Amino acid sequence: MPEIVFDKVRKSFGAVEVLPPLDLELNDSEFTVLVGPSGCGKSTTLRILAGLETLSGGEIYFDGRPIGGLEPKERDIAMVFQDYALYPHMNIARNMSFALRLAGVSKSEIEEKVTRVAKLLNIDHLLDRKPAELSGGQRQRVAMGRAMVRDAGTFLFDEPLSNLDAKLRAKMRTELAEMRDTIDKNMVYVTHDQVEAMTLGDRIVVMSDGKIQQQGSPEELFKRPVNRFVAGFIGSPTMNFLDGELHTKDGSTWVQGDGYMLPVTGETGQRVSQVATSRNITLGLRPSSIDPDVTAGAPIELHIAVAEYLGAQSVLVTRCGQTEVLAEIASAHRFESGKVRTFGVATDELMIFDRDSGLRL
Amino acid sequence: MQTANVNRLTPYLFLAPAVIVLAVALLYPIGYMIWASFLNWNPSQRIGEAEFVGLRNYMFLLQDGAFRESFFVTIRFAVIVVVLEMCLGVGLAFLLDRKLRGMTVLRTIFILPMMIAPIVVGLMWRYMYHPSVGIFNRTLKSLGLDPVPWLSNGDWAFASIVIADIWQWTPFIFILSLAALQSLPSSAMEAARIDGATGWRLIWHIKLPLMMPVLIVTALLRMIDAFKVLEVILVMTNGGPGLSTEILALRISRTASEFRELGTAAAMSNLLLLLLMLLTLAMFAYTKITEARAARLRARAEKDS
Ligand SMILES: Nc1ncnc2c1ncn2[C@@H]1O[C@H](COP(=O)(O)OP(=O)(O)OP(=O)(O)O)[C@@H](O)[C@H]1O
Ligand SMILES: [Mg+2]
Repeated sequence: MPEIVFDKVRKSFGAVEVLPPLDLELNDSEFTVLVGPSGCGKSTTLRILAGLETLSGGEIYFDGRPIGGLEPKERDIAMVFQDYALYPHMNIARNMSFALRLAGVSKSEIEEKVTRVAKLLNIDHLLDRKPAELSGGQRQRVAMGRAMVRDAGTFLFDEPLSNLDAKLRAKMRTELAEMRDTIDKNMVYVTHDQVEAMTLGDRIVVMSDGKIQQQGSPEELFKRPVNRFVAGFIGSPTMNFLDGELHTKDGSTWVQGDGYMLPVTGETGQRVSQVATSRNITLGLRPSSIDPDVTAGAPIELHIAVAEYLGAQSVLVTRCGQTEVLAEIASAHRFESGKVRTFGVATDELMIFDRDSGLRL
Repeated sequence: MQTANVNRLTPYLFLAPAVIVLAVALLYPIGYMIWASFLNWNPSQRIGEAEFVGLRNYMFLLQDGAFRESFFVTIRFAVIVVVLEMCLGVGLAFLLDRKLRGMTVLRTIFILPMMIAPIVVGLMWRYMYHPSVGIFNRTLKSLGLDPVPWLSNGDWAFASIVIADIWQWTPFIFILSLAALQSLPSSAMEAARIDGATGWRLIWHIKLPLMMPVLIVTALLRMIDAFKVLEVILVMTNGGPGLSTEILALRISRTASEFRELGTAAAMSNLLLLLLMLLTLAMFAYTKITEARAARLRARAEKDS
């Protein structure tokens, strides 16, 4: 279970630079999630780590040992692919045991390991089938199983759940979360689904355009995003962003914009009160910070467009001035479309971002 | 009701003219051949004047040593060239499956022999095999070695036509296997690399098995073609010395033109045709079976989930 260090790792495909110098440290026995929008270089980072892509510059160290020039098999890694990449001509047992057979592990040991992992993943009745005879979810398990029998030091996952339907994905997510706690290995998990990232990651690395925006625990990213990008990426439904101006006068701080005026309190309020007054900012307002009870916070008038019923919770699509604002409300409350209504905002949960740089103030 | 009927028949109605034309064009010559094989017919007669002899031509062939010999020569030839060409062609494909500068040119050069007319190939090789002025014997001589009776000794002659065929048709296997190789699913290959398979083991455990369906069809196609080879051998050895290189196609053409036995030649053609049809059937059966198997497995998987 090595400590993995990316030291100024670069990757270009021809003239296209996908990863500008990237520094990243993955701690021993940690579940790290790489998350970011499509095309930001998550898979490339993982594939470089696996040795499937060559480095264009920089070096990767496993416990201080440079491994940039090593073949995948010399890196002691196992990987689960997005499309599972099972061997179509081998049955499930042989799929799972391929690496062990190549490594010359004894027959009895192979059998013991494959059976144990197959039981764990509930695929022990499928061992003599071919991949084409399995459903998507079963194939996904086999792909997991093939990695797990390896007993490798590092496990890599490239969007392993993205081809499953919503229900199965949620189930596998839970199982993975359980597995994470029982297996004491380095795991690096790529996804663009922030729910997966939040539930699975000990640590989340948010990427955009090949650059790391922020890394930290799920809670850190949710509560203290460094910039507007991270704030918008983490959390579901996504954070609302409203243009406005920041004002400080006589010890009180407030933001004011098209159709709203809200005091900023709590820690954020104290911090931003130091900043120059009348500054152009973007206000970040979590959908969960909006309450139908006006007395729960500062009032804001929202023009209700639609209510999207999600079960216990509903997402209200509303407008504040010209800007669309989402609110997450308990479904017990009923709202009429087309009406204007006053809501309460938890003012200590507001976030203030610099309009130009996007950095959180 | 009526419209439903019309709708169901319409496709066949549109297909009918094409099917009829094709059937006549295909079946007429075959029917003609089958009819001819029941006749004692020489080229100076019109077909109507020939004597009907029933199965006598076939009975004759069953006892004819020369025919049996040429039948075995053909099978030996076809099996040997297909096996060797498969090994060489697939091997070459693995060798040249890399992204290097100049690969396209190299690949184009490799498939040139396939594009030359068989008669020309035959002539070319006959000159190269020439006992005194051919390049092979001249080279041997300049190295101080004894000349080889390339085309004048039975065993050497057989080897010589095998070599010429390999030269001409290995490229066919090569391009098909290269195409198969380059369209293999890359993620399975990457998974195998992670699992520790490199070099030979990657080829043996992953690439070859995945290419197998294409390779089997390729081999069958080549086999069917090898059974019909004529011009190259005709030009190089004309079947000799003795009967050592007299493949079926050659024997058929000689039976018709030299021995003037059109009926026997037709019977031979029909036997060859039957053999080729069995091979083709084997090929279709193979694809059908694999397809049916895949469909059955998919259905089973979907029912499960
Ligand atoms: N082999 C390649 N050749 C050229 N460009 C590539 C290659 N592989 C990836 N890229 C480019 O590199 C960028 C990053 O790709 P990458 O696959 O790492 O994205 P990703 O973050 O995994 O996205 P997704 O969430 O869609 O999987 C993309 O712009 C992509 O077009
Ligand atoms: Mg990706």
